[in-house]
Amino acid sequence: MFSSSLGKKYLMALTGLVLIGFVFVHMAGNLQVLAGQAQINAYAHSLQTLPWFILWGSRLFLLASVVIHAWTAYSLIIENRKARPDNNEVEVTKRAGWTSLKMGLTGSILLAFIVFHLLHFTIRTIYPEYAEMTTTVGSTGDFEIHDAFSMILAGFKHEIISVFYVVAMFLLCRHLAHGFSSVFQSIGLRTEAWQRKLNLIASGYAWIIFAGFSIVPVSVLAQKHGLYEFYDPSFFVSEVSEKNNTSNLLNNES
Amino acid sequence: MKLTLKIWRQSGPAENGSFESHVLDDVSEDSSFLEMLDQLNEQLLKQGDEPVAFDHDCREGICGTCSLTINGYAHGPENSTTTCQLHMRKFNNGETVTIEPFRAKAFPVVRDLIVDRSAFDRIIQSGGFISVRTGSAPDGNSIPISKVDADKAMDAAACIGCGACVASCKNASAMLFTSAKAAHLNLLPQGQAEKDARVINMVNTMDDSGFGNCRNYGECSAACPKDISLDYIAKLNRDHAKARIKEIFS
Repeated sequence: MFSSSLGKKYLMALTGLVLIGFVFVHMAGNLQVLAGQAQINAYAHSLQTLPWFILWGSRLFLLASVVIHAWTAYSLIIENRKARPDNNEVEVTKRAGWTSLKMGLTGSILLAFIVFHLLHFTIRTIYPEYAEMTTTVGSTGDFEIHDAFSMILAGFKHEIISVFYVVAMFLLCRHLAHGFSSVFQSIGLRTEAWQRKLNLIASGYAWIIFAGFSIVPVSVLAQKHGLYEFYDPSFFVSEVSEKNNTSNLLNNES
Repeated sequence: MKLTLKIWRQSGPAENGSFESHVLDDVSEDSSFLEMLDQLNEQLLKQGDEPVAFDHDCREGICGTCSLTINGYAHGPENSTTTCQLHMRKFNNGETVTIEPFRAKAFPVVRDLIVDRSAFDRIIQSGGFISVRTGSAPDGNSIPISKVDADKAMDAAACIGCGACVASCKNASAMLFTSAKAAHLNLLPQGQAEKDARVINMVNTMDDSGFGNCRNYGECSAACPKDISLDYIAKLNRDHAKARIKEIFS
């Protein structure tokens, strides 16, 4: 079933569909950061305390989807290179844009992003101190829970990391715009009459995902640089006092 | 008009090819692209050089024999046009025109611009045959076919098998061709009995011939001189999935 060229496309489409659904749920979860510390901490705690078979079942299912999606893409690309060993002297396209032509490139960068993101916020090996952030805010009782809110704010206060996240989300947006509409073609559910509508839906979905994910790092950076107050200002005190210190120093000098 | 032609020359399938430049004067704007190549070959013969080998037959845009990648486009930059129906008025005086063979591993170069497209014949052969009455004309409406299905089957049958879909695809995929040939019979009542076997066999032959995989670029349909729709690829995907699922349960 999955060994033929079409079978591999079914695998790409089905695993892609799983990941398309996942990014929406993930984005909806993230947006709770905007609702404040209690909301996002309670949500994060509820996910982390799911029964182990549901938590690890979902994690393994998603991991398997990513691995199959990436591995199948890799084997398709190798086959495609063999099928067209010589390039044209003049390479042109009539209809295809970079979004569809560069799926391999955007996908590879996204794969690297996923690894970084897991090490950053899930396994927390890049900044081990994130694991020790705890609070009772958002907890259902008096016990301490992981302070996801503080971790996210601390994470996105790094300009370079935030920019990498936003760029990765833009690439995800482009990857989804072609991928989402291709799902329907690959499993045979698209017709020319529906193609325009499906392309629009896929494109709209991709931009919603981009906006939904980017708003968190962008808002954190905006508040850090004093452009707008999205979150409780007490979480930005260190930056404010640093700024005051610098301005005091400047005043003293003058 | 005066043109500089940058043409691929390759003396045989096992030889290495390279580009060769020729200047051609007094090209009529009204001549077709193939007539322009005829003019070049006359010039080459007069000089005592080997003429350029290229495929051509009906020169009416219906046989699918002519090929050529012109300035990077299969059958040239015009839409819905075969090379033989492309006219020199679409080019500019003094222009350099790059002419290459259709490039794909499954289409080995025979000589110069001629490629071996017999992989397409093998795909059609593996699709098998259907049983139809070939004596006198059948009675009207003896086999009811809806107008919609008849039109769709006719649109698929418009494929002339030229290979522009493969040449324009960055992955040299033959999905548009295979899907058109499969859909042409799969849409009609006469083709229903062998539908599942046809799809599986044609896809297997397509894979074995060394064509690439479809990545939904849409370049094939854009280059197709008969405007075969991507719908047929979706239908092939659908019919193939159904056939494979039935195979599991049978």
